[in-house]
Order: sequence, then structure tokens, then C-alpha cells
Amino acid sequence: MHSQTSISQIHPDNYRFLQEHIYSQVGIVLEEDKHYLFESRLAPIITRLGLGTIDDLCALLKATCQPEISRQVVEAMTTNETYFFRDPAQYEAIRTVLLPRLIEERRDTKRLRFWSAAASTGQEAYSLAMRLVEAGLSDWNIQILATDFSSKVLERARSGKYQQIEVNRGLPAALLVKYFRQSGAEWQLSDQVRRMVVFETIDLRSSMRALGPFDLVFCRNVMIYFDTQTKKNILKQLHGTMFRGGWLMLGGVETAFGVEEFFERRTVGNAPVYVAR
Amino acid sequence: MPKALVVDDSKAIRTILAKTLKELGFEVCEAANGREALEVIEAEKATVQLVLLDWNMPEMNGLDLLKKLRQAPEFASLVIVMVTTEAELKHIAEALDAGANEYVMKPFTKDIIVGKIQLTGIQF
Ligand SMILES: C[S@@+](CC[C@H](N)C(=O)[O-])C[C@H]1O[C@@H](n2cnc3c(N)ncnc32)[C@H](O)[C@@H]1O
Repeated sequence: MHSQTSISQIHPDNYRFLQEHIYSQVGIVLEEDKHYLFESRLAPIITRLGLGTIDDLCALLKATCQPEISRQVVEAMTTNETYFFRDPAQYEAIRTVLLPRLIEERRDTKRLRFWSAAASTGQEAYSLAMRLVEAGLSDWNIQILATDFSSKVLERARSGKYQQIEVNRGLPAALLVKYFRQSGAEWQLSDQVRRMVVFETIDLRSSMRALGPFDLVFCRNVMIYFDTQTKKNILKQLHGTMFRGGWLMLGGVETAFGVEEFFERRTVGNAPVYVAR
Repeated sequence: MPKALVVDDSKAIRTILAKTLKELGFEVCEAANGREALEVIEAEKATVQLVLLDWNMPEMNGLDLLKKLRQAPEFASLVIVMVTTEAELKHIAEALDAGANEYVMKPFTKDIIVGKIQLTGIQF
């Protein structure tokens, strides 16, 4: 039997190994003081594999090529937290300013393209989809691309099934009643809304050349983990996927600092919006 | 300071909700059932702006109070958020039809409560 403290033991070399491994796999920078994070996130994997400590896990990863375990480690170390209508001011800005403009500009083609670039379990893409249906656009040619580097979260997103705690958070009750059905302990999103979203596994650090052009891109609460150079590259690439005048939405604490040549920061209502130049 | 009323027959739940509301800047009063709540609301006429309302309570339940309040034009702008263990779609629909502004299923977290209050658009 191994006690909790033995799991958390990480040799400094292994700490560095894990930092580098996660950086090379997903570009996420983990600071020096994240022992508790490694411990809590990796413990289930260690138990599942019948190992004793994080050092054992590192030894296994170093000794043999273990793509499946490596993937599990990376996914365990990344944060997937998300919820419906996170940052309501952004959805309000979309509803009151972006959509009226797009409806006017695209009244001939009726074609709109959106991207949720770190979609996690799908709440962001589906929140937008519900907003679009609510805006009377259900007969338009609309596609929301929802991507994440984790295929595990996308699988959940695709199912459109959510727990009570997830639909309780951020989602207006009127939309819950209108677009969800209850099945056992879960809430199932309607096919009408699910059909508007397509899912694909994409790493934000890979080429985005084949994507777009988009009218709106969400890239929220993911770049906080990247270093300055990675972030700059991603912002530049995102710009390449967007229509001129398209909107980029970042997370509450994120900025497009350093890429003013690509994006102009505007405040729409209470939401900061980065407009593609 | 905006005023809120917490209605729940559990003292523990009232205390948790009152604490969150105070942190948001509300002055908070409490009631243990619908009848008590009605007394408070009528006594404090027009000063209570937000009600967090449990459903299952003795004497007068939350849904009955909700319906009563929505029948009175003077309480039309009162923001009412149901906070209840009733977690079936038909219950939520029933409460919304009866005039609830928002609906929280128990168990809740502080984030959920704050988020739902924000969704109602109430100023605080
Ligand atoms: C905290 S969630 C953000 C979800 C949603 N955008 C929001 O703001 O609520 C971050 C997501 O980014 C994904 N992610 C992390 N690194 C990534 C990368 N290099 N490429 C693509 N997705 C990545 C994670 O898998 C996770 O689902």
C-alpha cells in the first residue's frame, strides 16, 4: 500500500520531465509550484496502472513509447472547466451588435461560420447555437466548428448530454426548458441545436491554414497557459482564419497584447472584442 | 442598498444564501415559508427587489406564493428566482409559466446562484 505522500513524491528531474512533456505535447507551461496539481490529477492514472508514485509513472513514460498513457497524462493535466454562457456580456454583444450586422451583410447568402477553438465539453459552441436559433436564424446556412486537442472532451461535447450541475450553471432556465430533454439523471440537448455544431480534434499550435473564414472566433481560457511566443503565433494564425471585421472573443483575463497589427480592441457593451483588421 | 428576501424552511440554506446575497451588496431578510414571506413582502412594500424562493415549504409553498405575487400588479417587477430540489423539466416549465424569472436546482454552488441572479438583469 502506498500512502498519499508517496504518490506526490516527484524527483526534481521528473518534475522537469513532466513540465517538458506537457509543454511539448500541448504547449502548456506549468510553473515550478504545481506539485499538488500533478498529485491530484495524476493519482487516478497511477492507481489505474497499479503504480506507486509519480516517479514510477515518469519512469514508465521515459522507458517505453506509451502514446496512450502519454495522452492520458496530458489530458489529466489540462483544465477543461467550462459552462454555458460563460461571460454573458460577450453573448450580449453578439446578440445586440454582431448578429444584426451579419444579418444585414449576409442576407443574400445567409451563410455564417463560427469557431469555438478550445471547445472543451461544448457549452460555448452550444450557447452560441442557441443564441442563433433564438435570433431567428434557424433556416440560415450556419456552421459552428468546435475544436479541442482532447478527443475525450469532444466525445462528451458531441453527445450533447449534460449533468444537472452543468445545466444549472449559466444557462437561462427558459433555454433549458426549450432546448433540452431530461433522460434519467442527464439532460439531452435537442438535435436541432446539436446539428449546428461540428467537432474536430485540432491542436491550436498546428497550422490553421485550412480553416475559415469565420465571422466569429471564440478562443477563450486556453491561451493563459501558453508562453508569449506561442500565444503570438496562435493569435496571428487565428487572424488568418477570420473575415476582416470578424470578432475574436478571448477569456476574461486574456488580451491580444502584442498583436495590434492584426486586431483592434473595442468595447461593445461590457465586453472587450478583438476586431480582425 | 437593494433588498432581497430568502425564503426556505431550512435555516442552513437561508444562512448560505443570505451570506452570498450580502456579499453581492444586498440587504437581506429571511422567511421560513410562503406565508411568512408574504407578510415580509407586504410589510416592506416595494422595497424588496429580489426573492430567492424554495418550492416545498409548510403553510404556503413557493409555487403558491409565486402565483399570488404575480397576480398582484404592484409586484410585477419583483425578481423571483426559484431555488429548489424540484429538478424535473415539468417543474421548471411550471415555475417559469407561473412567472419565475430564473430557476436553480439544488444542490447549488455560489457561482450558480450569482450567475442566475446576474441572468435576471437585476441591478446590484
Ligand atoms: C478551460 S477550457 C476552455 C473552454 C471554453 N473555451 C471556455 O472558455 O469555457 C480549455 C480547453 O483548452 C484545451 N486545450 C489546451 N491546450 C490546447 C491546445 N494546444 N490546442 C487545443 N486545445 C487545447 C483543453 O483541452 C481544454 O478543453
